[in-house]
Amino acid sequence: MAQKYLGQAIKRTEDPKLVSGLGHFVDDIKLPDLHNVCFVRSIHAHARIRGVDTSLAAALPGVVKVFTGEDCRGIGSIPCASSLQGLKVPHHPVLARNKVRYVGEPIVAVVADSLYRARDAAEAVSVDYEPLPAVVDPEQAAAPNSTFVHEEFSDNVAYVWSLVGGDVDQAFKDADRVIKQRMIHQRLVPAAMEPRGVIARFLPGEKELTLWSSTQIPHLMRTQVAIMLGLFENRVRVIAPEVGGGFGSKLNVYGEEALLGFISMQLQKPVKWIETRRENFTATIQGRGQVGDVEIAVKSDGRVLGIRYTVLADLGAYLQLLTPAIPTLTGLMLTGAYRIPNVRMDVTGVFTNKVATDAYRGAGRPEATYIIERAMDLAALEFDLDPVDVRRVNLVSKREFPYATATGLSYDSGNYEAPLKKALKISQYPRWRRHQVKERKKGRYVGVGVSTYVEICALGPSPAMPAGGWESATVRIEPTGKITILTGVSPHGQGQETSFAQIAADMLGVALEDVLVLHGDTGVVQYGIGTFGSRATAVGGTAVYGAIQKILKKGMLLAAHLLGVSRREVQFRDGKFFLKNDPTKSISLQDLALASYTARKLPPDFEPGLAAIYFYEPTNFTFPFGTHVCVVEVARETGTIKILQYVAVDDCGTIVNPLLVEGQIHGGVVQALGQAFMEEAVYDEIGQLITGEFTDYAIPRAGDVPWMQLDRTETPSPVNPLGIKGVGEAGTIGATPALVNAVVDALRPFGVRHVDMPLRPEKIWKLMQKETS
Amino acid sequence: MIPEAFEYFAPSSIQEAISLARRYGGDAKFLSGGHSLLPMMKLRLAAPKYIIDLAGIGELTQISEEGDSLKIGALVTHKAIETSDEIQSRCRLLAEAAFEIGDPQVRSCGTIGGSVAHADPAADYPAALLALDAEVRIEGPSGGRSVRASDFFVDLFTTALQQGELLVAIHVPVLAHNVGTAYKKLRQQASGFALVSAAAVVAKDEGGKCTHIAVGISGVGPKAFRASKVEESLLGKTLTEKNITNASHHVTASVDVQNDIHASAEYRSAMADLFAKNAIWVAANRAE
Repeated sequence: MAQKYLGQAIKRTEDPKLVSGLGHFVDDIKLPDLHNVCFVRSIHAHARIRGVDTSLAAALPGVVKVFTGEDCRGIGSIPCASSLQGLKVPHHPVLARNKVRYVGEPIVAVVADSLYRARDAAEAVSVDYEPLPAVVDPEQAAAPNSTFVHEEFSDNVAYVWSLVGGDVDQAFKDADRVIKQRMIHQRLVPAAMEPRGVIARFLPGEKELTLWSSTQIPHLMRTQVAIMLGLFENRVRVIAPEVGGGFGSKLNVYGEEALLGFISMQLQKPVKWIETRRENFTATIQGRGQVGDVEIAVKSDGRVLGIRYTVLADLGAYLQLLTPAIPTLTGLMLTGAYRIPNVRMDVTGVFTNKVATDAYRGAGRPEATYIIERAMDLAALEFDLDPVDVRRVNLVSKREFPYATATGLSYDSGNYEAPLKKALKISQYPRWRRHQVKERKKGRYVGVGVSTYVEICALGPSPAMPAGGWESATVRIEPTGKITILTGVSPHGQGQETSFAQIAADMLGVALEDVLVLHGDTGVVQYGIGTFGSRATAVGGTAVYGAIQKILKKGMLLAAHLLGVSRREVQFRDGKFFLKNDPTKSISLQDLALASYTARKLPPDFEPGLAAIYFYEPTNFTFPFGTHVCVVEVARETGTIKILQYVAVDDCGTIVNPLLVEGQIHGGVVQALGQAFMEEAVYDEIGQLITGEFTDYAIPRAGDVPWMQLDRTETPSPVNPLGIKGVGEAGTIGATPALVNAVVDALRPFGVRHVDMPLRPEKIWKLMQKETS
Repeated sequence: MIPEAFEYFAPSSIQEAISLARRYGGDAKFLSGGHSLLPMMKLRLAAPKYIIDLAGIGELTQISEEGDSLKIGALVTHKAIETSDEIQSRCRLLAEAAFEIGDPQVRSCGTIGGSVAHADPAADYPAALLALDAEVRIEGPSGGRSVRASDFFVDLFTTALQQGELLVAIHVPVLAHNVGTAYKKLRQQASGFALVSAAAVVAKDEGGKCTHIAVGISGVGPKAFRASKVEESLLGKTLTEKNITNASHHVTASVDVQNDIHASAEYRSAMADLFAKNAIWVAANRAE
């Protein structure tokens, strides 16, 4: 294959339309007679609904109909795809009846001829609540005397899940020291720039329901909405137009999609709902939400013999698509990049009166990486070792791949020392260590944090996934020689319109502009799984590769026929089929395509046309890795943190487009910075979300973002033919512990060994109000 | 994020605006840059029936010199204040405070009159206006009046403005060249408003003794206030770092200090001392 485009920093072909405001998001779709839906949502975290009075609202001008939970009894439960053993799955209605279980839970949907009238009518609905005690704290939820979120269950425990590898008890007996630490992974608001939104249009003649939805998974949504509404799946079409960010929050099937479909069918009108920011904060899934106790068994040279993690997962009131599955990903990655033969994780997932948690960039892996990378620093502190040395003692070495972890995974390929070495060199690590000592003497507190992470990507082999882990691609060479790719992934910022075109253009020897990548429309694209879990390029890109291989194979047959030779005498390179022994005798891909469609001179039993569909089932996950080094200075007077240096050396396998990779690292590190230093969904004791707007919920701004020095190593994955591993979540996973480790390191003179995120200035300031040791 | 219905007026003179306000009374609201009012309306925390948009009143957008003060029209944007040569050279403190507001988009639309009339206790201007002994010029149904900044800010989101009155301009003094000023702010991470901010105006004699000092504090309590104890203890003293540090204690002693998820009262109080000290120190060094 030519390497004209692959590996090149090509600017995203998506961007001109987006930066000039010409893209079409859900709210940009105009349909005649489009009506608006607004919701009445619960103002209580937990309450019985004694009654709902919609009469005033229904009488207001422009109001078409007001829907309550009673009106929607026919709609199925909002789905949870996880099938953990013993999992309690509560009924999850699209509109609450009888009881509400979190602030923001929808109770009434109002339909009117304008957005303003719909909102006014929603304000006119009165709900008679009988407030109940709210279950807010996950530890309280697990207590035997707690109020039940779901009365039909005998407690708030949704499931208990354990993962055991090796002999943990023995490891703890053999240890020189056992180190324990409670660690909190606070709830985070995904805060995509574009909130959710749905347009539903039912055409009674065609009996077809079309949903435009800001989603990461159009096909899975189609299937689930069809089930919820009792429709034929092939009569439901889901279109994900431009999607302004998801970060996992749109890897879900929410009640609004099926409900708007239902409303459109009832009213025989197209209807639209665009989530407000306030709704996004309260009623779209949140991330993380784990409170855990970590124990590691360590030898005095820093070797970690075993790790235990006992954790409460704050699931929220209902189970969304993958809610219970997220903490299990933490378990799988708990041993990180290290040779830790003994592991045990015990998860208790509890219901609370809060919106559900689910996948948020990293989805269970940032928790794992944070735990093990913090633990490495705790071990270093315990034995007064350099944190880098402790890591080196434990890192899986290059020769050990594929490496079988105690958690049951097979790490595909790796060379963990390489990015570590590079990152230490770029950051001039020893110099910082010397600088730190000098600065401390002057009463200035500098800290260095390292994270040598590994993560799990390319989700994933189907047996490990709730609904298939393969991906699909159709590649068509059109009669004029233009290339159309229909991919089952659903990019929403990742740039696969560019990167898949790069793969195809090089494989087929055509110009990048000749390739068009279509996605996100179930009426156009064959079934696919979607974009999440850093899978789109590694799995979806491989499907494109597979489809093109099929086309080339078919093309060879036709070329041989047209050139009057046998198949073995033909070769393909740079867009041409030619004779091996006489390259002047050739036929271009374009001419071949035309010949395949005009079909006047085809070999016997040859199907006309030049297109192929390929479903790629990966044999394993992929495991990208890297080292992040962060240097901070913490101001004793205010507790504010200044990042002095940030170095990230990542290895995500073969790189299709370094510009896209860097963009993913940048964004990932910024979101990690948000979790580490700023973000927290704060609920009060009655379950009200205090941080329900951007005025109270801090996410990083441009000015908060440090200059990042990026570099990379490239260790191809043996799992797929292109060697791609994936990079969408690496920054978030790798950076969080590097940032926190740096601050904790800076606070060492104050006797600090751990601080829970977010490391906001006041918290740091308080820790520095005593004398240094 | 969808406001209730309202009727919209765009008067072209102050008199017209005031007569509209008189006609609609408490149901009417003046709209300036819209950066406080519109978000509240979108969240339905405010629902005025009548909006009187001031954007068409040209005289409210002027910055002019009047005697020994600068008159800044109510509709002058933060961006204009931040970048105005006149303000930068004659009342640098105000330009520094304006620069600390929100982000470039906010500063391009938000106005000084709107911000001051809104009287958010964590806004940037109040501390600066108090330290500058600024005057607020008001026009109303019964004529015009001027109110000193210290009398203007009454309480949380409450000012001396009466029903139907319009804030038309802010008068800040043209500062003598030997006067030093500084504005120091600790931002609330989410909103960008002040957790604490301190504005200092300082003059000293040839021997380095403090001949004038005024320190305004925002963000701490229900309204911005003057750190009078600090001022008293420094007036007449040499402005050494030690003296300033010793004076900058208990800045919030007589204030009901706010305690919320963004900062405890303890932290706010400590930061008030620190930022007062820093502002005074920088201002003292800038004073000639």
